[in-house]
Amino acid sequence: MAQELAPAGAFASIPALLARNVKEYGDRPAYREKEFGIWQSWTWAEAAEEIQNLAMGLLALGINRGDHVAIIGRNRPAHYWAMVAAQKVGAVPVPLYQDAVVDEMEYVLEHCGARFVVCGDQEQVDKVIEVQDKIHHIEHVLYYDKRGLRKYDHSHLHWYVDIQEEGRVAHARLEDEMAAREAELTYDSTCVMLYTSGTTGRPKGVVLSNRNIIESAKNSSEFDNLGVNEDILAYLPMAWVGDFIFSLGQAMWTGFCVNCPESADTLMSDLREIGPTYYFAPPRVFETQLTNVMIRMEDSGDLKYAIFHHFMDFAKGGAGEKHGMPKRKVTTQKKTLEQKIRHGFNYAMGIGFAAETIIENGIRLAFAKLRHGKNVRKHFKAKDPIGLNLYGGALKEYFKYRCGDVLVYGPLKDTLGFGRIRVGYTAGEAIGPEIFAFYRSMGINLKQLYGQTEATVFITVQPDGEVRNDTVGVPAPGVEVRIEDNGEIFYRSPGTFVEYYNNPESTADTKDPEGWVATGDAGFFDKKNGHLRIIDRAKDVGKMADGRMFAPKYVENKLKFYPDILEAVVFGNDRDMCTAFINIDLTAVGNWAERNNVAYASYQELAGHPEVLSTIQEHVETVNKSVAEDEMLSGCQIHRFLILHKELDADDGEMTRTRKVRRKIVEEKYAPLIDALYGGKSEQYIETEVTYEDGRKGSINATLEIRDAVVVGNTQGMAAE
Amino acid sequence: MTTDMNADSYVTEDGRTIGPVVMDLKNITLRFGGVVAIKDISFNIREGEIRAIIGPNGAGKSSMLNVISGFYKPQEGEVWFRGSKRPQMKPYQVAQQGLARTFQNIALFEGMTVLDNIMTGRLNKMNANLFQQAIWKGKAEKEELENREACEKVIDFLEIQHIRKTPVGRLPYGLKKRVELARALAAEPSLLLLDEPMAGMNVEEKEDMSRFILDMNDEFGTTIALIEHDMGVVMDLSDRVVVMDYGKKIGDGTPDEVRNNQDVIDAYLGVSHD
Repeated sequence: MAQELAPAGAFASIPALLARNVKEYGDRPAYREKEFGIWQSWTWAEAAEEIQNLAMGLLALGINRGDHVAIIGRNRPAHYWAMVAAQKVGAVPVPLYQDAVVDEMEYVLEHCGARFVVCGDQEQVDKVIEVQDKIHHIEHVLYYDKRGLRKYDHSHLHWYVDIQEEGRVAHARLEDEMAAREAELTYDSTCVMLYTSGTTGRPKGVVLSNRNIIESAKNSSEFDNLGVNEDILAYLPMAWVGDFIFSLGQAMWTGFCVNCPESADTLMSDLREIGPTYYFAPPRVFETQLTNVMIRMEDSGDLKYAIFHHFMDFAKGGAGEKHGMPKRKVTTQKKTLEQKIRHGFNYAMGIGFAAETIIENGIRLAFAKLRHGKNVRKHFKAKDPIGLNLYGGALKEYFKYRCGDVLVYGPLKDTLGFGRIRVGYTAGEAIGPEIFAFYRSMGINLKQLYGQTEATVFITVQPDGEVRNDTVGVPAPGVEVRIEDNGEIFYRSPGTFVEYYNNPESTADTKDPEGWVATGDAGFFDKKNGHLRIIDRAKDVGKMADGRMFAPKYVENKLKFYPDILEAVVFGNDRDMCTAFINIDLTAVGNWAERNNVAYASYQELAGHPEVLSTIQEHVETVNKSVAEDEMLSGCQIHRFLILHKELDADDGEMTRTRKVRRKIVEEKYAPLIDALYGGKSEQYIETEVTYEDGRKGSINATLEIRDAVVVGNTQGMAAE
Repeated sequence: MTTDMNADSYVTEDGRTIGPVVMDLKNITLRFGGVVAIKDISFNIREGEIRAIIGPNGAGKSSMLNVISGFYKPQEGEVWFRGSKRPQMKPYQVAQQGLARTFQNIALFEGMTVLDNIMTGRLNKMNANLFQQAIWKGKAEKEELENREACEKVIDFLEIQHIRKTPVGRLPYGLKKRVELARALAAEPSLLLLDEPMAGMNVEEKEDMSRFILDMNDEFGTTIALIEHDMGVVMDLSDRVVVMDYGKKIGDGTPDEVRNNQDVIDAYLGVSHD
């Protein structure tokens, strides 16, 4: 069984891939790290030597086959080397979250029974020493950054570099042992053990084999045409499966270069300096960057402001998707003369167009200012040059996009560090359509994927050219996906994990004998394009009275993408229609009120303002339309809604401290409102107790207006099926 | 404490070696016209130790530091540095002797970047002449690279990589203090004088700064003399403390000794005049 099917030929393990890389790309950069203000780099050959020395050093310390080596630290080449070195001597690397508190670390270290720990710096060493009071199987602790550790007891504490030195010295003695251990590695031996984040209960150790890692890395690299010329920035936690696949799996498979930032604080400038071609970030990162850009644009001069918005609106209108996406082809060879001429011509045209636009709009703005004085910025819109419009129709759109590239998209991408990006991924949670459209329209090929640790990341991926913000793509190469009747997603793939370490019950619960794994998420395939759409955690999905699927989170997320809406709670489980509570966002709506001269004295007054209600109604109806497009979920359209007179608050127990709505409590607390929503009333009086921040209690009362929203399709919910 | 602190050198509880006396101040008196800022004070600083000078406002602490740094010339008394009596010197001569300091009110070049500011701390290590500097050839190039490397080590040590290229004027107060420390450290001093390194900082910044001071002392063996108002910090950090009040020395010894000294308690808590 062990040797069956090794399509990767001789490369049955990460160390084997490393050896291949040394042979094929020996003098190409493999790792870079910014240290002392300079990007230090190591070629594959140099990296392999470092790894070899460390592995020898570990052997000299007496590491056994199957030992677990915990690795705790920020993304640094040395830590990646430690993982490969552990694999070389038949041990299993276990990367841990470096920001974990002592308790969490203690659990994981105890669970995996690590004999060796590789730490980044004093902070991590301190944590391990604290843990050692309770668990005694840790024998040797290595550290990489010497700072502050000089006075520590060094009987079991070693400097990483010293161990490498010892390994170098002991070279001759240990070479045979090392070769033997490396030869023992097969496609089915354990490659790495990764702990789940443990949002539900204790973290579980997911055992991944070489097959899992190498097959997933191979398939995904081929899927996106990743080559040896890629640059990635390794900044995501090393304990996370994504980082393991990107920075180790794919890097080893394709031989591209892994760049490590100088520190967490310098991440953004390091990103800019490296300009990765392949990038991964959770939606939160993109969101923060977009907010920063928008805030800085608000402070910019009138002309720049107008040009920025003009071109961003233009790009978002579809031109970005059409003209902006980087070409799939990897251009490594020199450009031909013809390509050079064409490129030069396009660039010149773009510059010409840009010059025209700037001059004309500058003049226009000057006149606008002369005539209208202040406040002109809000109404001034940069326009295309009209006088010298030499290009017609489709060509015009193309040149206008190129012009935007010269003026806005290019410089902006450069500032954000996305200047060279070819493929970018976001995953983890839903990304707002605005944010997604912003990056894509600039010509950044941002895509979504859906995955989990147990699948070695990839379950579904969006292929180039088929990117949508509300789906997560088609099954990745080699992955089979199946949807159960209750909507739960199951998959089977070469990346499917081996087992949960020391936890056969959980393994059996998650993975059936045929290899199908339950994700715990509910979703369905879009009939039109075959893309998977995730709705919610399977256990949160309910049924309506007529048996149709009820997925509150799905609708709430759609509502919350509007900046006006801070929070939404949708009801409808076991009912015949869906209704909703809405919380407005005071900042966004307050801003709107200020601009439109709407006077208000309190949150409550603003929430009850008829115009606000109408705006929200529009949002609800738009959401209804988009919900109706999904056959499975058309029952979740919101028939009636109201705007709550107070924000849902953790102090009142309506939310958790992490700002998740406690549905049960809200339902009980506002029972009269729910009755009114389903009872057909047009307004309802409510008195609510509130807790102030200092702990005092008070009560507020209000009469809330209930509105009906237009729903699409079968208006009587009962008619379906 | 059982260690014999009068021995030529001894090892502290946390394993640092304290060497012989580096700076010896003998019967220093400093007057500004009729005002006597420092009255007949003697104390010494030993190799490798962290020496604190404390006292209420106007006690003459900063004046004392200025005497040590050679900026003020005391009317009476002698300053012995590394076994020889020190004459009145120009500031650059003091710097060449291996003294560096930070200031109570930050004295950085606001318009220059953090890196440039720190590079000024290396001026003493540069020998290239104006012409070489201008064309950036020969000695100038080599020296700049060497000095930049030294600065980068300091930047790494004080964890200010993220503001390397930021103009100092844009930085918050706590970071400016750290940059000033970096500049002083870049000069590779053997004796570092810190004038209220933690004034106006919040608890977190104070903790960071304390860690840096301890690490500096530990890693580079820098002797440190500091003035500080935060008693908790002083007592935790320093090996020996001098207490001043109205220009006079009222206490000198380990933190514990000073804490229990009645004169010190009176000076800090006040005493009833009945």
